[in-house]
Amino acid sequence: MAEVKLIGTSQSLNCIRIEWALKLKGVEYELIEEDLLNKSPLLLKYNPVHKKVPVLLHHGKPIAESHVILEYIDETWKNNPLLPEDPYERSMARFWAKFSDEKCIFGVYEAAWLEEGEEKQKAIQSAQELLAILEMQIEGKKYFGGEVIGFLDLVVGWIPRWLNAMEEVGSIKLLDAERFPSLHEWSQNFIANPVIKECIPPQEKLVNYFNFGISYRRSLAVAKP
Amino acid sequence: MADEVVLLDFWASMFGMRVRIALAEKGIKYEYKEQDVFNKGPQLLQTNPVHKKVPVLIHNGKPVCESLIIVQYIDEVWKDKSPLLPSDPYQRAHAKFWADFVDKKVYEVSKRVWTSTKGEEREAAKKDYFEIFKILEGELGDKPYFGGETFGFVDLSLIPFYSWFYAIETFGEFNLEAECPKIIAWAKRCLHKEIVAKTLQDEKKVYEFVGQLRKMRGLE
Repeated sequence: MAEVKLIGTSQSLNCIRIEWALKLKGVEYELIEEDLLNKSPLLLKYNPVHKKVPVLLHHGKPIAESHVILEYIDETWKNNPLLPEDPYERSMARFWAKFSDEKCIFGVYEAAWLEEGEEKQKAIQSAQELLAILEMQIEGKKYFGGEVIGFLDLVVGWIPRWLNAMEEVGSIKLLDAERFPSLHEWSQNFIANPVIKECIPPQEKLVNYFNFGISYRRSLAVAKP
Repeated sequence: MADEVVLLDFWASMFGMRVRIALAEKGIKYEYKEQDVFNKGPQLLQTNPVHKKVPVLIHNGKPVCESLIIVQYIDEVWKDKSPLLPSDPYQRAHAKFWADFVDKKVYEVSKRVWTSTKGEEREAAKKDYFEIFKILEGELGDKPYFGGETFGFVDLSLIPFYSWFYAIETFGEFNLEAECPKIIAWAKRCLHKEIVAKTLQDEKKVYEFVGQLRKMRGLE
């Protein structure tokens, strides 16, 4: 029986970042693919509070919430550290990780799903302002973690493929190389890494995924009285 | 060289209270600077330009933002005294998960109650409020604290909301003790800790403040 199991899906940016962390540390694991439209008893048992992926099972003990899982992995397998050693640098990595997940992803998603019009234009501008903040954090560095990929790179790792897929489905261009040269360059470096490349889903798969999700989201907006 | 620690905060902020408890637990001397959250000053805007919110901890000139991130920072820097998180990685992850739950759910649902208008909106908000606290009661179980035998990270992240219970119960027209007796018993246990009792704000003062906020939103 595998000591480490991951309940997840192959399109979820929250799950892929866990696979990246495990692979970077050379940890063997079994991936249990979840059907989010028909949640398994296993998922409901191990994450009854949120009923979401990813859930890491280590010796049968569950850990949920991707940032919490990443830190657990970092503390348990100490080779190739993900978080910096210095407490101030760690707090910065955590702060930007929270910013990426609570503001940037939603900002980009909103710019993508909104239909053409004033609101969409405003959302595009807001999303670019958020990306500009991330641009400042990566300026002058190869990775957010410095010379090697770290915690924040994994958390912001949705930018190379997921952001591109949202751009395609939403008919928008957010991450242009001229306006965000450092973020663009980081994105290229990041997906060129063999470990990252190994688990990242293909663009077409994510485009299908967002097509489905964004159509549904747009239909909800129309249905509102 | 002595450490210079400054806290930008607002008296009623439950997030700020978390940091005040953490600093007191570690016996850290600091300068408290009360912020006007309705008219934000240059130091707050400069040290937290992204969110423009309290609390902000400034340690030797370097700002740290987001209350749970600040508490973890305090725990890691002043690591030789009164650990705020367990040392075992699984227990740490468990504590971080529940503190994150408090962060994601309690503030939002509380706000929905005190900003609600009487009727359907309020009833829906209350229903969700009780649900969140029942989940927390489930996690607490028969333990004296979320941290087990001693006050820990999750207790610290939740107890400041106690200052706001009276305001929320009064505006929401309900009694939390009737719905979630274990939570109230837990809160009263935490209040026996001198640091917690000294940090938490007077509930009547918070009630007046929330009344002000409601007026500002045209709810009174």
